[in-house]
Amino acid sequence: MTPAEIITALKDKFGTKIKSEKTDTIDPFVVVDAADLHDVCRFLKADQRLAFDMLSNISGVDYLEPDPKKAPKAGFDPHLEVVYHLQSFTHKHRFTLKVMLPRWKGDKVGELPEVPTVSDIWRVADWHEREVYDLCGVRFLDHPDPRRILLSEDWVGHPLRKDYEFPLEYHGIRGR
Amino acid sequence: MGWLEGRFEEGVITTSLEQAINWGRQSSLWPMTFGLACCAIEMMATGASRFDIDRFGAGAFRATPRQADLMIVAGTVNYKMASRVRRLYNQMPDPKFVIAMGACTCGGGPYYKYGYNVVKGVDLVVPVDVYVPGCPPRPEALLEGLMRIQDKVRGMKDLTKQQPIDMPIPARTGFVELPEELNTLEKANTWAADNKEKAKPAKA
Repeated sequence: MTPAEIITALKDKFGTKIKSEKTDTIDPFVVVDAADLHDVCRFLKADQRLAFDMLSNISGVDYLEPDPKKAPKAGFDPHLEVVYHLQSFTHKHRFTLKVMLPRWKGDKVGELPEVPTVSDIWRVADWHEREVYDLCGVRFLDHPDPRRILLSEDWVGHPLRKDYEFPLEYHGIRGR
Repeated sequence: MGWLEGRFEEGVITTSLEQAINWGRQSSLWPMTFGLACCAIEMMATGASRFDIDRFGAGAFRATPRQADLMIVAGTVNYKMASRVRRLYNQMPDPKFVIAMGACTCGGGPYYKYGYNVVKGVDLVVPVDVYVPGCPPRPEALLEGLMRIQDKVRGMKDLTKQQPIDMPIPARTGFVELPEELNTLEKANTWAADNKEKAKPAKA
């Protein structure tokens, strides 16, 4: 199926739950709410016409311009995105799904935004979600093993956040 | 050994016990099999037959710190690894030596500014004897670093409990004298120009 057909199939099923779409990019995508993500993913995998049986990648993107002078020209409001790259072996097509999130849950600094896990649909999502949690700071609800995957357990902060501050000292070792 | 030297018939060598021990020690430094990143590839090349670290007696890479005298920290050390590096160092028997190999271990290297999890130099974790900069350093450079460690061993005064020699005089270096036809700049330039001429494709 072409990306346009996939979007039509999704719209037939979910209607207004598909928030927005973009087809003139290399990777056409739709945006869904975090609350609807699990249903959409289950449909994408289970439907015979779509049959997305592989999750290639999950990535977290932090949209923030830390420089206040450049911020008005940045062209986006500060937010987080979680991007799901899907692929189908049976139909040889691929598709992208995005979830927009606030940088902090309820705009309270320190409260991580939450997304339902898809690791019960695609097993591979387990480690991908741990990586997004580790580096970008997105909490995945109902994740079977929500630990950090790359950094050590007692690490403070999420390094790929644009406003991350480097540690000055870690276990007696001077940083910078 | 001063006035004793050459007083006996051929085949008799005079030495002090300390010198003999240091000689043995410097000629059988056993490094630890311990590579962290890309520098380890260069360290493996140093161990292999072309560069052959075994010529200096340091070819017996031990798979345990308890049998090793020399730790070649080859590659980026991050905060998660730092505690392991320190533990391995503590497990080595004395006397022990550390070579910081590569830019990352010397001072953070390319990760100095934006590497949030990279230790800015392994000397913040373990004491370092010799720094070998480079990204990664050539095997020749690592061999040169090993020679400096050997110099340090030769200057040790463990047995007589004296102060070790601070700046040991290098016994050998990796310096290679250029062949006769290249040893001045002009000769080298003409040689390069000749070579360029020879390498041109033949005119049809």
